[in-house]
Amino acid sequence: MKMFEYMGKELFAKYGIPTPKGRMAKTPEEAEKIAAEIGGPCVVKSQVLSGKRGKAGGIKFPNTPEEAKKAAEEVLSMTIQGLPVECVLVEEKLKIDKELYMSITIDGSAKQAVMIASAYGGMEIEAQPEEYIIKKHIDPELGMHPFFARDVVRRMGVGLRTPHGKEMVNIIQTLYKICKEKDAELVEINPLVFSDDRVIAADSKVTIDEDAMFRMKDLPFVEDKSPAERAAANLGLSFVELDGDIAVMANGAGITMGTLDTLQAFGGTPRNFLDCGGGTGREATAKALDILLGLEPKGLFINIFGGITRCDDVANAFKDVYEARGGFPVPVVIRLVGTNQDAGREILKSIGVEAFDFMQDAAKRIIELVK
Amino acid sequence: MAIIIDENTNVLVMGITGRQASFHTKQMLAYGTKIVAGCTPGKGGQEVEGVPVYNTVREACEKHRIDASVIFVPAPGTKDAALENLEAGVKVVVIVTEGVPVYDEIDIVAYARRKGAYVLGPNTFGIVSGGKCKMGIPPNQYFVEGDIGVVARSGTLTYEIVGNLTANGLGQSTVVGMGGDRAVGLTFVDVLKMFEKDDQTKAVVLIGEIGGNNEEIASEYIKEMTKPVVAFIAGKSAPPGKRMGHAGAIIERGKGTYQGKVEALTAAGAKVAPLPFQVPALIKEALGRE
Repeated sequence: MKMFEYMGKELFAKYGIPTPKGRMAKTPEEAEKIAAEIGGPCVVKSQVLSGKRGKAGGIKFPNTPEEAKKAAEEVLSMTIQGLPVECVLVEEKLKIDKELYMSITIDGSAKQAVMIASAYGGMEIEAQPEEYIIKKHIDPELGMHPFFARDVVRRMGVGLRTPHGKEMVNIIQTLYKICKEKDAELVEINPLVFSDDRVIAADSKVTIDEDAMFRMKDLPFVEDKSPAERAAANLGLSFVELDGDIAVMANGAGITMGTLDTLQAFGGTPRNFLDCGGGTGREATAKALDILLGLEPKGLFINIFGGITRCDDVANAFKDVYEARGGFPVPVVIRLVGTNQDAGREILKSIGVEAFDFMQDAAKRIIELVK
Repeated sequence: MAIIIDENTNVLVMGITGRQASFHTKQMLAYGTKIVAGCTPGKGGQEVEGVPVYNTVREACEKHRIDASVIFVPAPGTKDAALENLEAGVKVVVIVTEGVPVYDEIDIVAYARRKGAYVLGPNTFGIVSGGKCKMGIPPNQYFVEGDIGVVARSGTLTYEIVGNLTANGLGQSTVVGMGGDRAVGLTFVDVLKMFEKDDQTKAVVLIGEIGGNNEEIASEYIKEMTKPVVAFIAGKSAPPGKRMGHAGAIIERGKGTYQGKVEALTAAGAKVAPLPFQVPALIKEALGRE
């Protein structure tokens, strides 16, 4: 789950990482008031989940509270990369002497968290050559220690006895603490700014592990799913909207991808990715079918190879939706094999539907039907 | 021979009294798996499908030799359950549970490494040594004994391809599910090395997907292998930046793309099947069979 910049900064501040003076505003009047409290040049930053706010004009630099009000008014009426701006962050304008980069994320290949840092942060971090990027893995059994942070700071070329170096050693350790305590799969500060003797997190990017939400209920996060994607997520299903015309349901991420690949190879276009795997029961499967039909596709393709998913559950769900709607508004093709396959096919037969044995035959059939 | 598990493996089912676990205990027993014990805290003394249930893994280990455990407990308790089995000395731990927080997975994998144990998963369908032993959730009827090794990240896609292999007369030595999550216990290279050494295995099917760089790393080892490798990579049609179900199945910053993986595998001498049902023909071609 993603956070807006201001949410991440509030989290940083709670843990003692220095952030600029200021806070979030939802109206131009609030922005004016915050700017008056700061008392000097400010920055008004749009809060959207897009990395291109500056280029889109979503960051402004007012000098007075009146200018801040006007800037907030403009920014709050903007849409950046399709995302409407609903709030702004009003902060002190920092004197920037140097921009650096720091993050901790998960390295799946190493099965460890990894610290990534660079003495050259800011807008162009992704364009930096490899030799300017420091990567250091964090041994989960050893955990984070001051020596680890000191070595990163040394490699960034910052003196350990300088005010900057001392603060950075603290920040690095704190970032890992946040990762562990808040199940963050990414914490990023870009840029980390030197401003005279201060070191300040001038931006924040925090992503919380979606699988850890059961123990992270008190954290704020931003909705970044479409309504249909949210409805599926609430059912515990993984769903992504695409732009084709055949709605797809399969069970398991790999086979769902394989189903989309097969449809596309035969000249069809998928409307979505929907993995209803993991032993999804009859009721949730029926709701998922409703979500798919709500996309108004030209056809519906169900591809089930039951392992933990039981074919009779899927067939019953299909029958429930069929009966509730008095049939389907679009052509439907079902491939149904695996656990409890015979029971599932009996149920389908009772409403006059024949299941396919092989994915490739079923895929060709649905493409014919929607043409 | 098969790898990791065989007909002599004594299996414990963790969380055996749950709905999914008891259902699949029955399925595993029907396959021929030697399930000698189950464990659910507070339900010791009961039986599930004739299998005795114990309160702790240590208690089960006092009564039986446990070679391998399969874990079905819900995600919030998975780390505890996995560590309990590893601490008790179980050398193969298969974690079926999905939705385990990634930092819990990292801790499980690190502890397993210290104990010299294999962890499959989290979020794996399990492992099957054809005709000998099944741990996990795959449907029994498609997994038959033979000489093809299969290693995969994704469950149902594996059933799909194994189903095609079996329909074409190609049985399996062992089918290994590494798990679909970011931090899982085994790598493709770990499993490929075992297949390379295994007498029963004559060819290997690698089932990968977009995201990460596991397939690229595997390609480096495939160059050294004497046995033929046929691969299928899922996600050719996936748009960048969208997570396709699995935590790791996402193309980010131009990395982990379908094309990159196919190029790496092809350069290493593996044959890549464009679609799942085309795998058996490539295997037969590689082994010179009709």
